[in-house]
Amino acid sequence: MSKPIVATTSLAGCFGCHMSLLDIDEKVLDLFKLVELNKSPLNDIKKFNKKCDVGIIEGGCANDENVHVLKDFRKNCNTLIALGSCAITGGLPALRNNIKLKECMEEAYINNITTKDNNKEEIIPCDKDIPKILDRIYPINEVVKIDYYIPGCPPRAKLIWLTLRALITGEEVDIPYEVIKYD
Amino acid sequence: MSKKVKFTIDGNEISAEEGKNLLDVACENGYYIPALCHMKGHKPAGSCRLCNVKVNGRIMTACTTLVSEGMEVITEDEELAELRKTILEAMFVDGNHFCPACEKSGVCDLQALAYKHKIMSPKFKYEFSNKKVEAEVPKIMLEKNRCILCKKCIRAIKSKDGKNIFGFKARGKKLEITMDEELAAQMTDEDIQRAMDICPVGTIIKKEKGFKIPIGKRKYDKKPIGDNVEKHKEKEKD
Ligand code: SF4
Ligand code: SF4
Repeated sequence: MSKPIVATTSLAGCFGCHMSLLDIDEKVLDLFKLVELNKSPLNDIKKFNKKCDVGIIEGGCANDENVHVLKDFRKNCNTLIALGSCAITGGLPALRNNIKLKECMEEAYINNITTKDNNKEEIIPCDKDIPKILDRIYPINEVVKIDYYIPGCPPRAKLIWLTLRALITGEEVDIPYEVIKYD
Repeated sequence: MSKKVKFTIDGNEISAEEGKNLLDVACENGYYIPALCHMKGHKPAGSCRLCNVKVNGRIMTACTTLVSEGMEVITEDEELAELRKTILEAMFVDGNHFCPACEKSGVCDLQALAYKHKIMSPKFKYEFSNKKVEAEVPKIMLEKNRCILCKKCIRAIKSKDGKNIFGFKARGKKLEITMDEELAAQMTDEDIQRAMDICPVGTIIKKEKGFKIPIGKRKYDKKPIGDNVEKHKEKEKD
């Protein structure tokens, strides 16, 4: 049997979930014995070059590029996993969900202490080459269908490992209490 | 002396004073029934619906049920677990429960119950509730978007002369907790701590006191909620 193919990405996340994945320490070697890695920041493959079995998504959708990448993952992966609080709930970026986008942008680029005197023309960047920011953060299951969820901020390394191993080997897993955490 | 009655909980015979509150009796006998709005000694509110149990096959809230002769109580089975999970998930999406940014994380009863039920993600869409945070009083604040409307604070916290400090405002979907700013400003540090401890979620917050206990050492980091009650059960066995 050929190895299952895995892809990963970070949307509006902080890469903490990817760091936590690496926190499985030497088991990373076991993991890569079990799987082949395709598109991922871990190996810097930028584009899908084959159909994948599992796609792991960190972060929610904050801009149109996030939406594009997420849809691309759905198209190219049989199973999608939401990894971490930001993918599941929008997470910390979603704290802006009740503030008008205009107000957020003005605070970031015009009114805050570091920009106040340095942005006299009151420019808010909007070049066509930069992704367009969305009106709010969208948890990824509002954009595409998600098959599994791994909570945590970041998810505990052990939880990621147990879930992935169970998914890859098909063996049922009993997840210990102390690894399911939302923070 | 009041009459004793015999009945069963999860198949085991229990004897208790007739008319006592089922949730309390279960707890005293080592059966943990999840609840977010119940306070021993206070009139039951029956609002969170998590203490649903089966009494003679019918699902009803334990906190509003009085024990009686011959009743058969089931506190745990697949159907009840599913029901409780759904209620918890609804509570999560109804408010803004961003645990990583919450002062109560790790000691929060709602979160602890979700952990106990191994909820990986709510099956509903998040509402992104938009109620105003009340932060005008110097030492206490109300993050209403986390309130589960259990009324514990209204029922248990009063001013020195017995007035309500907390209360409900509006109705239906707009229903929210609020506080009397004048009375809240008179609360001592201990009063505020008590109110924060009584609140099962992170709505009532003592300012400048969050995130004191490191991750790994908080109340529910290692041990599930209700563990202390269930231990009692083990002791009784041997
Ligand atoms: S109140 Fe509890 S469940 Fe809600 S965000 Fe805070 S810790 Fe999480
Ligand atoms: S503020 Fe806390 S104690 Fe008061 S009703 Fe809301 S959840 Fe219950």
